[in-house]
Amino acid sequence: MNLDFSDDQKFLQEEARKFLEKENALLRNRTVLENQSYFDQELWSKIVELGWTGIRVPEEFGGLGLGHLELCVIAEELGRFLAPVPFSSSVYLFTEAVIKYGSEEMKKSLLPKLVSGDIVGTLAVTEDLFAPSKENIALAYDSGKINGKKIAVPDASIATHALVVAKSSDGISLQIADLSDQGVSIEHQENIDESRGHFSIIFNDVKTEGIGDEISGWDIYESIINQAAVLFAYEQIGGSQASLDMAVNYAKERYAFGRPIGSYQAIKHKLADMYIALTLAKSNCYYAAWALSTDSADLPSASATARVSAIKAYQLCSQENIQTHGGNGFTWEYDCHMFYRRSKLLSLNLGSLSNWREKLVTSLEQSNIN
Amino acid sequence: MDFNDTKEEAKFRKKCRDWLEKNATPKEDSTPQNDDFANKDKMKAAKAWQKKKYDAGWAMLHWPKEYGGIGASSMERIIWANEESKFDVPKGIFEIGLGMCGPVMMEYATEEQKERYLPPMAEGKEIWCQLFSEPSAGSDVAGLRSKAVQKGDKWIINGQKVWTSGAHFSDYGILVVRHDPNMEKHKGMTFFFVDMKSPGIEVKPIKQITGGSSFNEVYFTDVEIPDSQRLGEIGDGWKVAITTLMNERLAVGDAGGADVEDAFRWAKTQDNLGEPLLNNKAARESIADWYCEKSGLKNTKLRTMSALSRGDTPGPEASITKIVSAGKLQNIGNFGIDSLDMAGMLRTDNADVKGFQNAWLGAPGMRIAGGTDEILRNIIAERVLGLPQDPRADKGVAFKDIPSGNS
Repeated sequence: MNLDFSDDQKFLQEEARKFLEKENALLRNRTVLENQSYFDQELWSKIVELGWTGIRVPEEFGGLGLGHLELCVIAEELGRFLAPVPFSSSVYLFTEAVIKYGSEEMKKSLLPKLVSGDIVGTLAVTEDLFAPSKENIALAYDSGKINGKKIAVPDASIATHALVVAKSSDGISLQIADLSDQGVSIEHQENIDESRGHFSIIFNDVKTEGIGDEISGWDIYESIINQAAVLFAYEQIGGSQASLDMAVNYAKERYAFGRPIGSYQAIKHKLADMYIALTLAKSNCYYAAWALSTDSADLPSASATARVSAIKAYQLCSQENIQTHGGNGFTWEYDCHMFYRRSKLLSLNLGSLSNWREKLVTSLEQSNIN
Repeated sequence: MDFNDTKEEAKFRKKCRDWLEKNATPKEDSTPQNDDFANKDKMKAAKAWQKKKYDAGWAMLHWPKEYGGIGASSMERIIWANEESKFDVPKGIFEIGLGMCGPVMMEYATEEQKERYLPPMAEGKEIWCQLFSEPSAGSDVAGLRSKAVQKGDKWIINGQKVWTSGAHFSDYGILVVRHDPNMEKHKGMTFFFVDMKSPGIEVKPIKQITGGSSFNEVYFTDVEIPDSQRLGEIGDGWKVAITTLMNERLAVGDAGGADVEDAFRWAKTQDNLGEPLLNNKAARESIADWYCEKSGLKNTKLRTMSALSRGDTPGPEASITKIVSAGKLQNIGNFGIDSLDMAGMLRTDNADVKGFQNAWLGAPGMRIAGGTDEILRNIIAERVLGLPQDPRADKGVAFKDIPSGNS
C-alpha cells in the first residue's frame, strides 16, 4: 500500500516550490492582473527552461519522459503561487491531447516545439453564454478548414495553436489550428481573473489538422478533460492550501476585543471546515493521480470525484479567507482576491461544479457502484 | 503509488485469511449487523469468537506475547482488521476494553496486574468499561465531580458516571474521580480501575432516542477501591485520562450505517412524481457530494495506511473522519426518509427504509459521542492548525470556585 508520492517526486515538488517562491510568482500574478498583460513572459520562459513543459513528453520528442505524478506535484505548486502562465492550457490540455491522440507525424512536428516553448497551445471550445455540448457546437469543420467563433479561450494571446472543438458533417471533430493563420482574428475579452487573459477567436476558412477521427471528437474531448481535471484539481488544492494558510496566519496575528481572532470558535470552526474540505479533496486527488498515472478504468469517476471536491474546497477556502480577513480581505491591496478569482477560473475552465457532479453520477451509473 | 501489499504484508494477509477461512464464514452482504448483547446467546457467541482468536494469537495481535499478543506492527493490525471485517463475526462488545482500557493498563498497571488482567481482557473472559463522563462533565470531561476520599490503603468513591457503554455486562471499569476540589481543576484528579461487582455500584440503562439502550448511568455509593488499583500518581488522573482519550479518538472512526451506495441504489428505483428519484437533479447533486465525502475518507485512510506501511507516523488527516461521516449519515437518513413523502413516517419491514430511519435516529448520537462536532473542530483548529485556545474561566482557580451554573 503506497498512496503517496515517491521521494523523487516530493523532491521535485520542493524544488518547484522554492523556484516559484524565489521568482515571487504571487507578486508577478498581481503585476499581470494590474497591467492586464495576460501572462508573465519572463516566468513562462524560466518554466520552459526548467523543462516543466516537457515533463510528460517522451524523450524521443525532446521531453523528460516522466509520468503524470510528476506533473501533479508541479501543478500543486503552480496553484499555490497563482503562477500567471499558460501552463494548464498548453500542458494539461494541448500537449496531453497530442501525446494521447496525435498521429506520429503530428507528435514529431508539435511535441519538440511544445517542450521548447516555440509552440504554446490552448483549447477552444465555448461558443456562447452556456455550457458547450455535443449538441450545441456550431463552429464548422469541412474539408480541412474551420469556420466560426469561439469565446472565453484562455491564454490565446500567447498561444500559437489551438485545439478546436468543431462540428463535422458526421459528428464532432477535434482540429488543431495555427493561430498565425490569416483567417484567425483574436480579441481580448474582459474577465474576472485578468491574470490569465481570455479571448474570442474568429476562424475564417482556417486550415486545420485533425486529431482522432471526424465523428467521435466529443468522446476524445471528454477523455482529454477527464485527464486534465486531475491536474486542474492539483492546482486547486495548491490554491486552497495557500488560502487556508493565509487565513490561519491572519487569525493568529489579528486581535479583536483583546485577543487573537483565531481564539474565537466562530473563526476556529470556519478554519476547521476549510481544513476538512481541503483534506477530502487532497485525498481524492491522490487517488485520481494514481488512476491517471495507470490509465485505470476508474479514471472518469476518480477524476470527477477529485474535480468536484477540489472545486468545493477552493471555493470555500478562497471565500472564507476573505471573510477571515474582514475589511482588509475586501481590499485590492491584500492578496485574498487573487485566490478568489483564480478559484473561479479553475472551476469554470473544464466546466462547472454542477456539470461535474452530473458527470460523476453518470459515471457511477455506468460503473454501478453497488 | 500503488495499492499492493509489500511482500511481507501479502504474506501476513494470507496468514490472516487462511485462519479466518478455516474458522469463520465470509460475509454475504455489507449490511452492518446491530448486535444486541443483552441477548445471552449473542454474548456467548461473541465471547466464544474472542476466545478462539485469543488462542490463535489474533485477539490483541499488537500486544507482547506475554499478554496474549504476537507483537504485530500497526500495519499488520490494520491488515488483520481489514480481513476480519470480510467475515461474519460478532463485533463491538470488547472494543472499549481492548481499545481504551487495555492501553492504559499496559502503560500504568504493575507487572503483576498486567499479568492478571490483560490476558482475560484479550480473551474476552472479562469485559471492561470506561467511567469518565458525568452529568455535569460532557465535552468538559475534566469538570467531573465524583469524589474519592483516601482512608488507609483504600479509597471511598461517591458520585455518578454517565454514558458508560456496556457497564451492565462489564466486569471491570477504568475510573477517573476528584480527590481534591481545592486544587486546580486538572490537578485534583486521580485514576483507578474498579471491580464492577463491588458493593455500592448501581447500573441503570439509559433509553436513547433510537429506543435502544447501549449506555448506562453508573452510581457509586461508598464504593471501596484498594489503593493498589490506582493507575498513576495521586493527582495524575487527567494525564492518565488523556492517554485513554487519545486512544478513543483513534478508535472512534467511521459512523457506520446507511451510506451513499444505499442512497444510490434506493434512488434508482424509488418513484418520485412518476420517475425514478435518480432522475431528480437535486438527488443527483446530493449523491455526488456524498460520494466525494465517502471517497475522501476512504482515500484519507489509505494515506494514513501508506505512512504506517512505510513505518512513518501518519499526519493529522484522519482527524476529519468522524465529523464528516456522522454528518453524512444524518443527511443520507434525511434523504431516504424524505423520498417516501408522507409515508416516511411509517415504520415498515423494508430494509432500506429501516436503514434510513436508523441512520436518521442514530446520527445525532454519532455527532456527539467520542467528541462532539464542535469539540472536534476545536481540536482540528488548535492541534492541527495551531490556533490559540479560548481564554478560559477555569484556569488557575480552585475547582470548587469554578462557576458551574445550576447543573
